[in-house]
Amino acid sequence: MSQRWNATLSGKRDILAVRARMVQSIRNYFISRDYLEVETPNRIPALIPEPYIDAVASGEWFLHTSPEVCMKRLVAAGYRRIFQICKCYREGERGSRHLAEFTLLEWYCEGVDYYSLMDQCEEMIIAVARDLGYGDVVHYHGNTISLSGAWGRISVADVLARYARMSIEEAIHGDCFDEVMVCSVEPHLGIDRPTFVYDYPLSSGVLAKEKDMDPLTAERFELYMGGMEIANGFSELVDLEEHHRRFREVREYRRSTGKKVFPEPAHFLSDLVTMPDSAGVALGVDRLAMIFTDSPVIDDVVAFTPEMV
Amino acid sequence: MYNASDLRKGLRIKIDNEPYVVVEFNFVKPGKGQALYRSKLKNMITGAQFERTFRVADTFEPADLREKKMQYLYKEEGKYCFMDSESYDQLFLTEGQVGEAKRYLIDNLDVEILFFEDKPLGINLPNFVDLIVVKAEPWARGDSVSGKTKPVTLQTGYQIQVPPFIEEGEKIRVDTRSGEYLTRVKE
Repeated sequence: MSQRWNATLSGKRDILAVRARMVQSIRNYFISRDYLEVETPNRIPALIPEPYIDAVASGEWFLHTSPEVCMKRLVAAGYRRIFQICKCYREGERGSRHLAEFTLLEWYCEGVDYYSLMDQCEEMIIAVARDLGYGDVVHYHGNTISLSGAWGRISVADVLARYARMSIEEAIHGDCFDEVMVCSVEPHLGIDRPTFVYDYPLSSGVLAKEKDMDPLTAERFELYMGGMEIANGFSELVDLEEHHRRFREVREYRRSTGKKVFPEPAHFLSDLVTMPDSAGVALGVDRLAMIFTDSPVIDDVVAFTPEMV
Repeated sequence: MYNASDLRKGLRIKIDNEPYVVVEFNFVKPGKGQALYRSKLKNMITGAQFERTFRVADTFEPADLREKKMQYLYKEEGKYCFMDSESYDQLFLTEGQVGEAKRYLIDNLDVEILFFEDKPLGINLPNFVDLIVVKAEPWARGDSVSGKTKPVTLQTGYQIQVPPFIEEGEKIRVDTRSGEYLTRVKE
């Protein structure tokens, strides 16, 4: 048994080396642009309510599912540009692109909206690719993803119409939004160039600001490369009353569907009063490493999967 | 009862009263969306495969499948007779139910028959079966070029390609998974 894992582990050396250089390069990118690297607690007493994300309990507290609670409090306290690379934990998530313990890069910038963070996402990944010696293309799963030309930018409404011949309303009323996105849309995204999908229905972004003039749409985007979601970002909701309303809505949804209702962060809500206009992005470090190392499954880019420990 | 999160490759479940085996399985989850379980299922009766996506709340009954050790006895009026090795009960299968396994059914062969509820679904053969060549052209010496084969007929009526040196009356070992000749068996 131990012999088998020895071979698996030593076989991952080249990929883990690329991953380590990638993480270093991401760090360099943010530090050189005046971002402060922060560390926030992984173990927290309360969570931002999410309809479909479950936390792993740790004693009376929980392991964070993302560092957003504490990072947003830092933004509210006047930290204008911060980033963090940390482990996050989500109950029950294990698949070819999911680990229950995974690595997230999260960053926040004051005074910008989700459009400028899409541009920044693009700039950062190009910088990292060059640093790693990839130049302007990466090869993933038999496809050549060009990083140098214009990256794709397409709205959720357009992407649904193009690949599923459906409107957002039809997908939501038909109760099949997630299924259609996963099965019919995602496999087409980011195949020959990275692609941002933006303007999600408000129901899929608890802390995202709604668009001016369009209260049913959130200023939120996802980045796709090789048919895989790499990052998710949005303009931060700063309206306290709207926060309370959305928290209540998610709480009621979880309760009505028999899901565990987690304690909610009181300090977060009280600190929010001073939250400036800002935007933040969460990027899956493991998945970006999959792209750069042409790895078909997430298992390949971490030394240990849960099955190996 | 299974939940969607119990699905695994190889799990056998019942949908609309038919048995399915999970051939491929993956957990997927869109950024802020709900967990979905994408699977490829194979109908164990028809062999038809299709993809289906389940949600956490979906539940399934396990398919009641059992394998019984049985022995092939004889063929009568187009039907194949098997005997349960434990209870000695006899069972007749049609040519259609036996399928390709008929190539290897020699008297007293031990097999496993898969049942769904009480319906026989298929036969699991031993990986290797030894069969007698009943018809073969004689070996022309000029045919010894490597890689060359000739057709022979086995005792079950199965026609198979073998190396040219195999003669009528000899016994050969056949791999039932590939249907191919493996080696000559010396008694």
